Amino acid sequence: MLFRQAGIFHTDYAAARALFPVTADRWMIIILLLLALTAPLTMSSLALSTNMLPWLVWTSAALGLNLILGWAGQFHFGYAAIMGIGAYTAVHGARNGIPWEIAVVLGGLMATVIGIVFAFAALRVKGLYLALSTLALQFVMDWVISHVPAISGGIQAMLQAPALRLLGQVVASDAGLYYVALGWCLMVTVLMLNLRRTALGRALVAVREKDFAAAVIGVHSLYYKLVAFATSSFIGGVSGAILIFTFYHAATPEQFEVNVSIQLLAMVIVGGLGSIIGSYFGAAFILLMPSLLNSLIAWLAHHMGASLGVEALAHIPYAVYGALIIIFLLVEPMGLGKMYNNLRNYLLVWPFGYARK
Amino acid sequence: MDLALYGELAVNGALSGLMYSLVAMGIVLIYKSSAVPNLAQGAMTMLSAYVVLAITSRFGAPMWVAIPLAMGTMFFVGMGIERVALRRLAGRPIVMILMMTLGLDIFIRATSMAIWGGTTRPMSIGISAEPLFLGPLLLNRASLVGAVVAIALFVIFELFFRTRMGIVLRAIADDYTASWSVGISVDRGVALSWAMSSAVATTAGVLWGSVQGVDQSLSLLLLKGVTVAVLGGLDSIGGAILAGVLLGIFEAVASGYLDPLVGGGSRDLVVAAALILTILIRPHGLFGRHDIERI
Repeated sequence: MLFRQAGIFHTDYAAARALFPVTADRWMIIILLLLALTAPLTMSSLALSTNMLPWLVWTSAALGLNLILGWAGQFHFGYAAIMGIGAYTAVHGARNGIPWEIAVVLGGLMATVIGIVFAFAALRVKGLYLALSTLALQFVMDWVISHVPAISGGIQAMLQAPALRLLGQVVASDAGLYYVALGWCLMVTVLMLNLRRTALGRALVAVREKDFAAAVIGVHSLYYKLVAFATSSFIGGVSGAILIFTFYHAATPEQFEVNVSIQLLAMVIVGGLGSIIGSYFGAAFILLMPSLLNSLIAWLAHHMGASLGVEALAHIPYAVYGALIIIFLLVEPMGLGKMYNNLRNYLLVWPFGYARK
Repeated sequence: MDLALYGELAVNGALSGLMYSLVAMGIVLIYKSSAVPNLAQGAMTMLSAYVVLAITSRFGAPMWVAIPLAMGTMFFVGMGIERVALRRLAGRPIVMILMMTLGLDIFIRATSMAIWGGTTRPMSIGISAEPLFLGPLLLNRASLVGAVVAIALFVIFELFFRTRMGIVLRAIADDYTASWSVGISVDRGVALSWAMSSAVATTAGVLWGSVQGVDQSLSLLLLKGVTVAVLGGLDSIGGAILAGVLLGIFEAVASGYLDPLVGGGSRDLVVAAALILTILIRPHGLFGRHDIERI
């Protein structure tokens, strides 16, 4: 526990570039993985299907958004629309008899194609204007999804998703759906962890820091921006499809509206730009905070005898949600991931603080 | 098709477009001085309408007293927002600033909903709902008043930017490091522009509130305000006025043409398309400065 960096000497490059060079981290990951795998046994099925499962799916979506926002530094204010495209494509595919795995991948590919359309805005402008144009594209997508009956099944219609069939087997139990979400989340996480160590990841970071400086050292910034948009759209599309198949079970246009985009952005910002563990924290924070807050307010109202109207009760969680975004940006702009990192760096060498790098 | 119908749509569109300019002007005022794109302008518009209603219902003040009082309140609210939330973010990446204004938007919207509830409240400022006949055209009186107010505000700001304080703000807008070095208090200038923008938001809130009632949908004016601001050039008040007219006409005529074809609700689509086209074709807008970084 103490002085966890003790005895770690890298004698070759492979060891220095391992995913988790510190032994304590490896143990932590193994324990967390075991906890995640045994969650269906240890947690109630309600907690599993209402908290754990959406958390994992939203985390994978947040990781996808983090790829474009945190790594490549390109704004994407229409990520929910991308998720919606993936979801609707996959649901339509599965309804028309395409095997589930292929339908989900098709959803991802469709999202990639449309995501590249978003990227064409990125080729012309950047910064604020990119943010505004992706926001406008989100509105266009909202409109198209809800107003084209062939996609949404008509205005205010629900598109029922068929049962999830993995390799021909119907997966319907809470545990089964949870494992599907867990599997996807782990895949995205491993991809993102490894992205840091690849040429692609370094190129994306170079483009984020200064695109013409990247061009000077031979990184084709247009190409890498396109790659970033395409990859993150694919992740978003598949996450949207998995969200529908494992959690909502039916697709409606409201699930992918502009405020969902903002919620995803909040997850990434609260979690920390470019931080993987931060995406987990951010998604958990934004997802679980409203229900926790509701029970807290109910508890307070019960014990303090304060009576609040129904409307006030309904809107206070949103007010706190907005306030938390503001507070986070003021107090720790790099988010929960940075806080975790600070703590970790402190504990890594405790009690020999002067040994810190 | 019917030319008179489209003429009427265009004229009324231009008038309500000028009312979008009221929202856009607030965005432009802030962007000009501090390069902060204020995505909370819609929420501030809504908040100001609620403040006016709260003053009239709580103290029984008549409208002509309540509106200046609300403007004064919003003046300090805007200053407070700048002081608490935005000042410390100066120099941070733009994504943080955008997220901050989005957080403010959520916070202001939800807080006003929690305090005042979500039911639509009427706001009457004594404009009759009867249309005004101008030859064959029917004009909406409320939009006409809104358009007149927008143009009056434009004239006021043109005059204001010739005063000493206005020149200070123009200097900050031009180059804030340079203004800092000649002893201009940039912080105070930026705070003043937030305060003025909130006061402008009050006029927008009152006029739009009288047209469509006061509820959460007032904050959706943001999309239109942003589109007008971008189309006019984010740092040009005159641009906001002209772009308001253009967008209003475009929106009214295009959605008047599209609505029967697609079954309604195409206004937002037309506005979003206008925003995308503006950014793709002319990102600095009609009168904006050309220092947009192209890639």
